[in-house]
Amino acid sequence: MILSDQDIKKIAHLARIDVSDEQVTALRPELGKILTMIEHMDSVDTQNVAPLSHPIEANQRLRLDEVTEINQRDTFQKIAPNADHGLYFVPLVIE
Amino acid sequence: MEWETVIGLEVHAQLRTKSKIFSGAATAYGAEPNTQACTLDLAMPGTLPVLNHAVVEMAIKLGLAIDAEINKRSIFERKNYFYPDLPKGYQISQFQLPIVGKGHLKILLEDGTEKVIGITRAHLEEDAGKSMHEEYSQQTGLDLNRAGTPLLEIVSEPEMRSAKEAVAYLKTLHTLLRYIDICDGNMQEGSFRCDANVSVRPKGQREFGTRAEIKNVNSFRFVEKAINYEVERQIALLERGEKIVQETRLYDADKNETRSMRSKEEAHDYRYFPDPDLLPLIITIEDIQKILTTLPELPEKKRLRLMHDFDLTPYDASNLVMTQALANYFENVVAIVGKPNAKLAANWIMGDLSASLNKFNLDITNSPVTPKQLSELLMRISDNTISGKIAKTVFEALWENGGNADAIIAEKGLKQVTDTGAIEAIIQQVINNNPMQLADYRSGKDKLFGFFVGEVMKLSRGKANPQQVNDLLKEKLQ
Repeated sequence: MILSDQDIKKIAHLARIDVSDEQVTALRPELGKILTMIEHMDSVDTQNVAPLSHPIEANQRLRLDEVTEINQRDTFQKIAPNADHGLYFVPLVIE
Repeated sequence: MEWETVIGLEVHAQLRTKSKIFSGAATAYGAEPNTQACTLDLAMPGTLPVLNHAVVEMAIKLGLAIDAEINKRSIFERKNYFYPDLPKGYQISQFQLPIVGKGHLKILLEDGTEKVIGITRAHLEEDAGKSMHEEYSQQTGLDLNRAGTPLLEIVSEPEMRSAKEAVAYLKTLHTLLRYIDICDGNMQEGSFRCDANVSVRPKGQREFGTRAEIKNVNSFRFVEKAINYEVERQIALLERGEKIVQETRLYDADKNETRSMRSKEEAHDYRYFPDPDLLPLIITIEDIQKILTTLPELPEKKRLRLMHDFDLTPYDASNLVMTQALANYFENVVAIVGKPNAKLAANWIMGDLSASLNKFNLDITNSPVTPKQLSELLMRISDNTISGKIAKTVFEALWENGGNADAIIAEKGLKQVTDTGAIEAIIQQVINNNPMQLADYRSGKDKLFGFFVGEVMKLSRGKANPQQVNDLLKEKLQ
């Protein structure tokens, strides 16, 4: 399966990865190879196989509903690039 | 052309836990910004989520209450998108295998008929943080206290056909969530949020029209208005030959209109996949049975029981079961005043008592007038010691100063006058004082009857038995 340049740019945008035009050209055959492998797996008959969500045979453990974390805001905000008034700040995002 | 409205609803109910869904940080509302956001909530490298036992129980409770399939195995997935209030770059949610599968909820419509609304699924997920765009110049401020707060998203089938039905569904669900004690239902604080998917189609057409999603409307009244606005907008577009765009729209309550928020096509590519940090959640029959024993009598069942046991109308019964506390109050009163006075009790609880509670912003559990006090008052109405009107005066005295109805009636001399002779004397006096009106009445002005009733009641200071006044007046005015 061959991806178009546009497909690659869209995926890069969704993942917020800055990819130059040259990189797109290089990525196309690499991604193509991966997709070919996936296509190959698609040819296996899995009709009677339950979907596998996790590779290990184990179940989720649960914790009690208790507050175990203390307020460490000052410590966390010391390493934040931009924090003030108790808030973390990022460049303005408008919906 | 005749159009049909199609509505499906997604409700995000915040679960009433002490700690977050995947971390041990507190979920208390109104804390100082970021004081309840721990390393996991901030998505610090190396942290791992551990599922809160309580959210699983709460989801199962809901599942049982809506007769749904509980999936013995469910999985958590990552829903990927970038926004600063979501530090991980993905929201942990459930997609392919949610904890609660198909169920249903019975709603009561205004005309007293019932309708069953299908529930597609309910899944567990985490909330995002809060962004503030306006208060700080050229920056977005982030409070991540809410990040990781447990949510149960309850998705209905597109089976509602009007804004009124949608509101009835929401109110029924809201009541149910509070009965099973999994959500406080506080809409101002965002504990119960609703997104509405609205579309229209020509009546009789099977396929759905293109839908718009109205986001986060925070009151029942606004849900109704937002849907009605949206339906009119879509019909107007279609009748002009234009197309509906599938998009997310925001409701502006001040202008009563919905506005396009963003085109959904690109934003919708969430690339879900199973979260490798969380293993499959396994629920056993024993777990479910244990939770089943903790369920209270559900509102629907309680409503039918009240209708049956006390001959209440569907309307009265559904109002009384709105909260458990209200229903308990009613049942405590009826236990004293008895079934023949059940309707009277319902009227007083939904009327004067509720109005006073609203006025002073009190919950029924903090009512200054106890069920016993109200019952004593109702008994005096029932045995004709006082009229309904005088009862209001007694109720006010009870509300303000406590005590008991009998003492207030005696102290203030409010006992109803039922002595025919005494009432006749008052009537005679009124007739003597108003010869003109009497002549007019006798010459055919029937409407003046009300005037005479009023005068008699006034002269008796409201104490004359109204039924007797009516009967005796009719006689005397002939």
